[in-house]
Amino acid sequence: MEQEEERDLEMKPFAYTRATNSQTAVQAVMREQTAKFLAGGTNLIDLMKENVEQPDRLVDINRLELTRIEERNGGLRLGALAKNSDTANHRLVRERYPLVSQAILAGASPQLRNAATNGGNLMQRTRCYYFYDVALPCNKRQPGSGCGALEGFNRMHAIFGASQQCIATHPSDFCVALAALDAVVQVEGPQGARTIPFADFHRLPGDTPQIDTNLKRDELITAIDLPAASSVFAPRSYYLKVRDRASYAFALVSVATALEVQDGTIKQARVAMGGVAHKPWRAREAELALSGARVNEQTFKRAADAAMQGARGYEHNRFKIELGRRAIVRALTVAAREGRTA
Amino acid sequence: MTGKDIERDNGRHGGDNTMRDKPTPYSKRDEAAVSKPPDTLRGEEERSTPLTEIATGLKRREFLQRTALAGGGLIFGQRLLTDGGTTRLDQVLAVVPQAASEKVAVRLRVNGSNYGLRLDPRVSLLDLLREQLDLPGTKKGCNHGQCGACTVLVNGRRINSCLALAVVHDGSEITTIEGLTRGDELHPLQAAFIRHEGFQCGYCTSGQICSAVAMLGEVEQGTVSHVTSNVRREGRVELTDEEIRERMSGNICRCGAYPGIVAAVREVNGTGRGA
Repeated sequence: MEQEEERDLEMKPFAYTRATNSQTAVQAVMREQTAKFLAGGTNLIDLMKENVEQPDRLVDINRLELTRIEERNGGLRLGALAKNSDTANHRLVRERYPLVSQAILAGASPQLRNAATNGGNLMQRTRCYYFYDVALPCNKRQPGSGCGALEGFNRMHAIFGASQQCIATHPSDFCVALAALDAVVQVEGPQGARTIPFADFHRLPGDTPQIDTNLKRDELITAIDLPAASSVFAPRSYYLKVRDRASYAFALVSVATALEVQDGTIKQARVAMGGVAHKPWRAREAELALSGARVNEQTFKRAADAAMQGARGYEHNRFKIELGRRAIVRALTVAAREGRTA
Repeated sequence: MTGKDIERDNGRHGGDNTMRDKPTPYSKRDEAAVSKPPDTLRGEEERSTPLTEIATGLKRREFLQRTALAGGGLIFGQRLLTDGGTTRLDQVLAVVPQAASEKVAVRLRVNGSNYGLRLDPRVSLLDLLREQLDLPGTKKGCNHGQCGACTVLVNGRRINSCLALAVVHDGSEITTIEGLTRGDELHPLQAAFIRHEGFQCGYCTSGQICSAVAMLGEVEQGTVSHVTSNVRREGRVELTDEEIRERMSGNICRCGAYPGIVAAVREVNGTGRGA
């Protein structure tokens, strides 16, 4: 009977702590090597049900006052515990950083976005099938066990920045927009607060694919800052997501594009891609190709070619290289039309 | 609450003709762990009543007599039904249990009734509703946040109850499909789903309807979606069929009753009685 109950509860037993402020939350996680922060739980609880994550303690941070979205230094500060849905629909996010709204709304489902938090979105783990199935080898889940995807079914996997250890992708849409807009992550740890530029937040797998980010285990994300300078892209930005069904699916390829245009010439551009690498992939070569060029199809194609240089496909995902090229052209075309699809 | 609930708790589940996929896994174990919130339950008579007796063998008349003595608070099975919804739930407790799976005190208001519980932190809101609170209308589909069958409203917002730990929602107000009717009167969306045949097997239906109720509220609040052409424009988005499909995409229907679902939502949206 006891065993049946354990099976039904699925997860390994854990202790539960409800934190009342960020300092005690950080201390609780610092004290115990296998403790984890719990926010919306839409990814962590799922992984615990699969026994991929097995924390001995969850430190529930949902009561912390980190839910505000407010103006700061001309930009916007997104509270780490603001829900994805509230962030996407916030008046100032929609007005000044519509790319962020579009990216969030392209991900998951309304129910999940109502539960998932901004900080949690950055911390979500890959949806690689080999990572999720504890019966299969995965260097990310169990270092040294091998990569099942490298020679296995790798249709959804990385074409940039992969290693012999891991070819998983980061699943977020929100993070692709944040990478494009040079967001900054505010964190708090045992030694106090620090900031992490978005480009440095997530990692490439290298020889340590078990480490997704440069956030330390006992550091807590408190906010994500959108810089004032990036609001210049508001009139011309677009998030394009290509997936197996029209909604509620992870990206095969996604593209966040943002343009500043003056008299038909691109002053500056941002291009970032999702579904192609272990981290949100900023295509700086494409941005260079766009900068100072005229707004036209040739420019966009040149930028797309520049972005896809260095892409490497595997057995089942080579289609992503041409798909990525076309997606960039299309996303830039829509962004140039002031974000309108028609 | 009547004696019927006691019978249901003893295993004669007559009201719900859909799948009951698992035996109640927590009930026996949790009997010893029932909490009595001090401000909602009074009366020595009740405190001295062995819960096992109530759960297993109490006659209906005897049960009603006892509960009549208990000043309005009823205990049945491993849970408490307290005061019909008048207690405030804004008191937040800081809980720091030390041992793994040590039970945690949780208060919830579900469909207007207040509950005081002690729960293993692993228990999902979905399993709590179905297995401990006798509310099997909320369905367990994929149990991984991919199908939407378990959709309930927490403080008015739709979430997947399968990915929610019940302890996290201490102090919350939950509405399930059972809480949408007013007496015998169906919620306008329930009636519209029947009128437009928005289901075949019915397993996803309670999730679809809870989701639609919240969705129409979101539309009234001026929210945008993935298919909204310009997210920078303020004001209420016109709820086209394309918008309905996108906004309902968190609920999968394997029977493919989508045309009926869209028609039902479209109709109720037109009347403004949805949210």
